[in-house]
Amino acid sequence: MSVEYQPKVIGFLCNWCSYAGADVAGTSRMDYPHNIRIIRVPCSGRVDPLFILKCFQRGADGVLISGCHPGDCHYTDGNYHARRRFALLREFLDYLGINKERLRLEWVSASEGQRFADLVSDFTTELANLGPRSGI
Amino acid sequence: MAEIALNIDGREVRVEEGVTILEAAKSAGIEIPTLCYHRALSPFGACRLCSVEIIRNGRSRIVTSCNYPVGEGLVVNTKSPDTIEIRKMLIELLLARAPKAKIIQDLAKEYGVEKTRFKIEDPENLCILCGLCARICEERMGVSVINFVNRGIERKVKTPFQRTSDANLDACIACGACAFVCPTGAIKLEDITKKKPIPIPSEFDIGLTSRAAVYVPFPQAIPNVPVIDRERCIHFLTDKCKTCEEFCPAEAVDFEQEDEIIEEEVGAIVVATGAEVMDHTQFSIYGGGVHPDVISTMQLERMMNAAGPTGGEVLRPSDGAHPKEVVFISCVGSRDKRTGTGYCNKVCCMVMAKQAIMLKEHAPDTHSYIIYTVDRGPGGKIFEDFLTRAEKVGTTYMRGEIDSVSRQDGRLLLSGKDFLTDETFNIMADLVVLATGLMPNEDAARLFQTIHISYDSKNYLLQAHPKLRPVETAMDGVFIAGCAVAPTDVPESVAQGGAAAEYVLKLFSQEAIEAEPMTSIVDITRCAGCLLCRQVCPFQAIEAETLRDGRTVASINESICKGCGICVVACRPGAIKLRGFDDQQVLAEVMTL
Repeated sequence: MSVEYQPKVIGFLCNWCSYAGADVAGTSRMDYPHNIRIIRVPCSGRVDPLFILKCFQRGADGVLISGCHPGDCHYTDGNYHARRRFALLREFLDYLGINKERLRLEWVSASEGQRFADLVSDFTTELANLGPRSGI
Repeated sequence: MAEIALNIDGREVRVEEGVTILEAAKSAGIEIPTLCYHRALSPFGACRLCSVEIIRNGRSRIVTSCNYPVGEGLVVNTKSPDTIEIRKMLIELLLARAPKAKIIQDLAKEYGVEKTRFKIEDPENLCILCGLCARICEERMGVSVINFVNRGIERKVKTPFQRTSDANLDACIACGACAFVCPTGAIKLEDITKKKPIPIPSEFDIGLTSRAAVYVPFPQAIPNVPVIDRERCIHFLTDKCKTCEEFCPAEAVDFEQEDEIIEEEVGAIVVATGAEVMDHTQFSIYGGGVHPDVISTMQLERMMNAAGPTGGEVLRPSDGAHPKEVVFISCVGSRDKRTGTGYCNKVCCMVMAKQAIMLKEHAPDTHSYIIYTVDRGPGGKIFEDFLTRAEKVGTTYMRGEIDSVSRQDGRLLLSGKDFLTDETFNIMADLVVLATGLMPNEDAARLFQTIHISYDSKNYLLQAHPKLRPVETAMDGVFIAGCAVAPTDVPESVAQGGAAAEYVLKLFSQEAIEAEPMTSIVDITRCAGCLLCRQVCPFQAIEAETLRDGRTVASINESICKGCGICVVACRPGAIKLRGFDDQQVLAEVMTL
């Protein structure tokens, strides 16, 4: 049996909801794959499309952007900005030869530790199934 | 209005012009007997018992004091021999009309009337034709469902065409005011309408009693003043009544009062919105809302309270009997698998143990069962002692669950399974008490959204950190305490409240507030002045600034900027930098891949 491919995943998590949610997953000792490397940002609206492309350029297999649920943004509407940028960038990924399934935007609140853990497991499995990435 | 002086029973009484002799006497503390007078109704002069002797211009007259207005220099004698004689005669006549009326028998005793000389037409009759019922129905309730019919000896109080009208066509609102004001108990609501009066359940007594439409929410309410229930008050329904206004000596009843929005600027907020006890009637699996003898721990608590609806006696709601066998079911709506939210509510076990002990103190022949599913109690130093004490007084603790509660021979049959022996059991109980869990207040989530603090899927608040920052929120200056966070017992709530207050004081005692240094800054040499950043800023922290060379650039007010970084991404020339999270810093993390 071949060793399953271990993808590299970058997660941009907003400080107020998703980062706290990941913290809950940790303090509650929930299991989730260690493939994800978390980068804390003040808000999902801070995530520049440049960061995501840079991640792929540096060899990431998948990028997760996660922020507060719509309506819950600590900065009122930062997650809406993130959502619009994501929609555009996702279409652009195909052009770059990157499977757009490799970029995900998910809402995780500060209480959803389990959701965060499930999400990371699911994304990692999906990326493992996609295998090593081609493109830039 | 002008004040006038008159003499009542040899005393000078000063009253406002226009009041009646009866009212003047009342204000002076002189009692005049009457059966047809009501403060909120127009005077009627029907019973004549309030007759008094007046002397005006040297001439004596007997008048009914309830509708005779006072005049300057009027001399009134409420107890003259003539007056007493007249009253005695009236009492005899009333006694012949309504011999069984308690109030008339009492009056007869007071005036030394032993029996009536007149013929008793109907020994069962109670109505004395005082007209209170007809007047309150017309003047205050505004419905005029009953009034006098016929004349002379045929006179009666009746509904139109003398029939109990059809409930569907009935104008009667079943308020019961007629029966309430009737001095002799002659009026029965069921003779007037087929409609049933709908009692207003008392919120404080959890429906064990009813309350009036104007009521003090609970003893020790702050402020301890009555409120009007606009949904139920007759005045708000029919635009009439206002009876309470007549009775308030301070003239404090204000029907026009509206809710006010009071705006205050504050430096800190402590959110202590508490929790509500779940309504036990939703748990029909345990007979809640199905059998009247299935009650909640809160209801039992009210019953055991000496100031409660039963005066401290524990009575079965169905028949008012003292229960002998009481079964407590724990974890309802909390840890119980079938009804629960899955987590312990911390307070219910101790409530049950306390109530089992108190039931024993109230009636030593009471036996209590406490059926628990997981734990007998929360453990801990004081708690364990207390649980042991409950066992010592004879409480039976059983680990298991109840499958059904049914009514049998006026008692309740509980069937369940004992987890320790794995056998089924049946218990016959007189009273079943559900230890219902707690839940956040209905509008708590709306409040949390308003002040931008996070809450979980069960609408409980989230702490800034569950272990290290338990009374702070992620929002600066907003602190939390008590059941707004999770079900919490009294000592814990007190500790949190104290801690939250301490945090506020710490915040307020600072010379200056420390702000987050993570704000955005503009590099004016690169700024193109497009001001796209101004459009995306959620806090209006960015303004246009004109430089000396005439160029327009963006300028960020650092005390308003919260450091979200949205403007940084929006900035096309890359002139804005977010301290702590600038592009180089974030990319440095990416580059480690």
